[in-house]
Amino acid sequence: MACIWVYVDHFKGTALPASYEAIAAAKTLGGKVTALVFGQGVDALAQTAFHYGADEVLLGDDASLADYRAEAYASLLSKLAKEQQPDAVLFPTSIRGREIAAMAAIDLDTGVLVDVTEISKDGDNFAATHPIYAGKLLSKVTVSAKPALITLRGRAFGKPVADASRSGTVTKVAAAVADGDLPTKVVDYATVEGRVSLGDAGVIVSGGRGVANNPALTPPAEITDEKEKEIWRAQQGFIMLGELAQTLGGAVGASRAAVDAGYIPYANQVGQTGKVVSPDLYIALGISGAIQHLAGMRTSKVIVAINKDPDAPIFKLARFGVVGDLYEIVPALTKALKERLGK
Amino acid sequence: MKIAVFVKQVPDSAAKLSVDNGNVNWGDAPLVINPWDEYAVEAALQLAEKHNGEVAAISLGGEDAKEALKHALAMGAGSATLISDPALANADAAAAAKVFAAAVQKLGGVDLAIFGKQAIDSDTGLAPAMTARVLGWPALSMVAAIPSLEAGSIKVERAIEEGRQVVESKLPAVLSIVKDFAEPRYPSFMGIRKASKAEVPVWSLGDLGISAPESKVSWTEITAPAAREVSNEMVTGANADEIAAKLADLIIAEGVL
Ligand SMILES: Cc1cc2nc3c(=O)[nH]c(=O)nc-3n(C[C@H](O)[C@H](O)[C@H](O)COP(=O)(O)OP(=O)(O)OC[C@H]3O[C@@H](n4cnc5c(N)ncnc54)[C@H](O)[C@@H]3O)c2cc1C
Repeated sequence: MACIWVYVDHFKGTALPASYEAIAAAKTLGGKVTALVFGQGVDALAQTAFHYGADEVLLGDDASLADYRAEAYASLLSKLAKEQQPDAVLFPTSIRGREIAAMAAIDLDTGVLVDVTEISKDGDNFAATHPIYAGKLLSKVTVSAKPALITLRGRAFGKPVADASRSGTVTKVAAAVADGDLPTKVVDYATVEGRVSLGDAGVIVSGGRGVANNPALTPPAEITDEKEKEIWRAQQGFIMLGELAQTLGGAVGASRAAVDAGYIPYANQVGQTGKVVSPDLYIALGISGAIQHLAGMRTSKVIVAINKDPDAPIFKLARFGVVGDLYEIVPALTKALKERLGK
Repeated sequence: MKIAVFVKQVPDSAAKLSVDNGNVNWGDAPLVINPWDEYAVEAALQLAEKHNGEVAAISLGGEDAKEALKHALAMGAGSATLISDPALANADAAAAAKVFAAAVQKLGGVDLAIFGKQAIDSDTGLAPAMTARVLGWPALSMVAAIPSLEAGSIKVERAIEEGRQVVESKLPAVLSIVKDFAEPRYPSFMGIRKASKAEVPVWSLGDLGISAPESKVSWTEITAPAAREVSNEMVTGANADEIAAKLADLIIAEGVL
């Protein structure tokens, strides 16, 4: 019987939804599913792993695992895999997931199939699809060694359903490296308040260079520089986008032009050199639809575009398009959706 | 301070790609230095300038990868070396990492090995952590700022999904750099002249003293994704409120909220 492990990726005890997608994906491959939960004081995550379908949990709970550090996490995963020889280990394609898989591949002399959108069992081997060249092509990949290490793109696999009645056995495992023997130390965190992670968001409201074009807004008198005035106008515009996003429980994205112009931080950039996202609903406002932007959002389920220019390439991809000024449509749209959603 | 920076030559991101008998074709679109690697070169140069260091650029690839190296030289790197060997034609990320690590060892005395976040052709982003592991060095990925660097230790700010993680680490270490670090400089006129005249030495596996590492990942097929079927509907109306009302109903009818 196949034995598949799933690395439950979390930040300070809050699991990435893609961790549970990975458990659900592991279930479809057949065999026993073991969830790996590493951290300190993270017992609750083990229980949730059962709810999403894990048959057993290996729980690493140690001071050396309190803060995420790739070396500590990879060493423990590699040690356990050497002892227990799973057929595959699945990870969400997060920064952490990629790092741990990369290091474990070296330790275990195997390969990583990264950021895959489909996965299947091909006899004894695992085969997967990995979008390359920013999704312009698809590559079929296989790994000939065991365990196959595979990171799954968030939201590419079905949404799992939790069953709170499920439970299982938790086996505690000791850390592989003592805290003092690690070369790195985490000294601080600065979390970004109120940000919905773009990768997990079901709805993204994105703004482009067009967000700066609100003639009705008068910048405060103390701003005299033209560039500063434009940034101020755009930032007010993004507050308006934020309200629409909040109404829909979504996140705010942006084009590179908006980021480069200083309207919004780089963390919000969608596209080839930003985040690749795949929400259920993507609303593009004042975004022309350059190929590098499309590369980051073309797999969104439903795309809505509002643009002044009827020839904007974004309309080719849009399920619904409006030719018009975003400053007229967005406030009205937010109001209409609030009413319909009872907010 | 000795810094190795890794650069790759890739098709321009606007290239129209097609697949031909399993071979990727990008028409007459130019090859360029991987955009993420420009940030890596910028970081290497800034650190070298501040800490009296030297920057060695390294690329793995065919003859055309020399252009990426020349770009790094034009930006200000002190030396450039191409690693090229027919036995590496189908190297997977782990095999490439073993080659990168061997190159770092051959350079000798390297304090920092710096990568871009990922290559825009293969999109794996595995090289930094894998190379670090082969070398037995810590991996500090997604570095957005370097508040301090001293003999034997470094402090970095990593841009992770949830915010910033500040990490102190021993040296030597492997870094990958993200866009927040700084805008890459343009090659200077003098730099371009120097780069155009530079000889780029080529190292084979033999020069690195290793045999071809075995690749465990194989590519069985490359295809173009199915064209996206969208039934496009333009929403019109007498005024913004009417358009917004129609659009809201249509969005809700899609069942995605
Ligand atoms: C190597 C490389 C990597 C890149 N990576 C990315 C990436 O990751 N992400 C990305 O987005 N781009 C990326 N780009 C940049 C990309 O090529 C485009 O320049 C960028 O996406 C354009 O952004 P935009 O659509 O906001 O701006 P523009 O192209 O200037 O479009 C602005 C749009 O707003 C519309 N508009 C203006 N005012 C209004 C209004 N009041 N109401 C409604 N509509 C209005 C205009 O009609 C226009 O269509 C990359 C480029 C390169 C070379």
